[in-house]
Amino acid sequence: MDRPLGLLAELTYKCPLHCPYCSNPVAVPRAAELTLHEWCRVLAEARQLGVLQLHLTGGEPLVRPDLTPLITQARDLGFYVNLVTSGVGLDERRASELAHAGLDHVQLSMQDADRGAADEIAGARVFGHKLAAARAVTAVELPLTINVVLHRGNIGRIGPIADLAAALSADRLELAHTQYYGWGLLNRSALLPTRDQVVAAEHAVAHARATYGDTLEILYVVADYHESYPKPCMHGWGRRHIVIAPDGRVLPCPAAAQIVGLGIETVRERPLNEIWHHSPAFTRFRGYGWMSEPCRSCARKEIDFGGCRCQAFQLTGDASRADPVCQLSPDNHLVEAALRVVGPPHQPLHPRSNPSVE
Amino acid sequence: MTAALLLTDRPQLRRGVRAATDPLSDETVLLFPEGVLILNETAAAVVRQCDGCLSVAEVAQAVGEVYDDVAVADVMSLLRDLIAQKLLVANRG
Repeated sequence: MDRPLGLLAELTYKCPLHCPYCSNPVAVPRAAELTLHEWCRVLAEARQLGVLQLHLTGGEPLVRPDLTPLITQARDLGFYVNLVTSGVGLDERRASELAHAGLDHVQLSMQDADRGAADEIAGARVFGHKLAAARAVTAVELPLTINVVLHRGNIGRIGPIADLAAALSADRLELAHTQYYGWGLLNRSALLPTRDQVVAAEHAVAHARATYGDTLEILYVVADYHESYPKPCMHGWGRRHIVIAPDGRVLPCPAAAQIVGLGIETVRERPLNEIWHHSPAFTRFRGYGWMSEPCRSCARKEIDFGGCRCQAFQLTGDASRADPVCQLSPDNHLVEAALRVVGPPHQPLHPRSNPSVE
Repeated sequence: MTAALLLTDRPQLRRGVRAATDPLSDETVLLFPEGVLILNETAAAVVRQCDGCLSVAEVAQAVGEVYDDVAVADVMSLLRDLIAQKLLVANRG
């Protein structure tokens, strides 16, 4: 039996940024966030299941005033604790507090190397805060990864982005193409890069790697819409990862809540161990038995697990179909059509709004 | 890419990489931002010696005192692999 290795804890959907590529759900249920006490119980249950890594994310996890005691508890339980943050509110005092609590690593989002473009896409004047946050993280000697989501508007500035990450003494730079879920899907036609842009980006990444060598590790997460085969989404459904939404819903991936009729349960109703093993949300697409053709007889099914269930649902209305990104999928024309309508460089974007939470 | 490694290098885990014990299997695991690497017993013994002070030669010697069949070349090969995976740094000079 597979066991989960990673827990993605979405502590809140609140965020000071309004990035139009956010993969958070566009509509979130009005439900109270888990309390510190509830999170501590859930973390202990996750540890017993075998989870080794905890990713604290959101929304913006720094919004939670109880983040420090949560990290302390997580480290006491033995987790590797990674904070995924916008950096807003991360001054040196807070960074030091989190480091002392046992935080292992910080992933800081940057939107662009250009201040004006960065603040425009973030929907807030935060570029300066982010530079300060990066310096605060390295000042307290926490390892720093800078994450940049790539889209049509910034994909031409990979060189300057790498220069910025190096100047900020980041250990790693992760350049990840937009994943088209939530707000990202809503804004897809304005965010999708052209094929020429993707080719140029690959050259720019190779050039940046040659420039920085071992001093800056550069990870590049490909644009799945432009690939021939799908990504091995979550390394298989219900196989390695658990996502817990702010209100305690337990999901196999951050986008799964949109799949109608999935049978999602919450940690407020049932122990995590039972949910992992028996919840319909986890068993529905676990393994290979749910597959139809062309996946069922495909030699690649153990490589990519049929791709992304949420992408199949979003594009075809049926989560059990092959990921339409796959060139073998009968629905591949849907992706091809999306790529054909890539519009002009500047199109209006729908900025991510904040949920109304009691 | 094969990472260059000298017998006089003093390897240590890269910043952000932590060795821990898997509570389910009791195996040694390396934890890092994007993943988990499970180490076999001899690999774990090698990594535990990589403190940034001991040289590669000294690491191999220390592990060789506990495990009979550990060749320096095998230790070098493991360390090169971990350096290539960005889990270990060599420290030179």
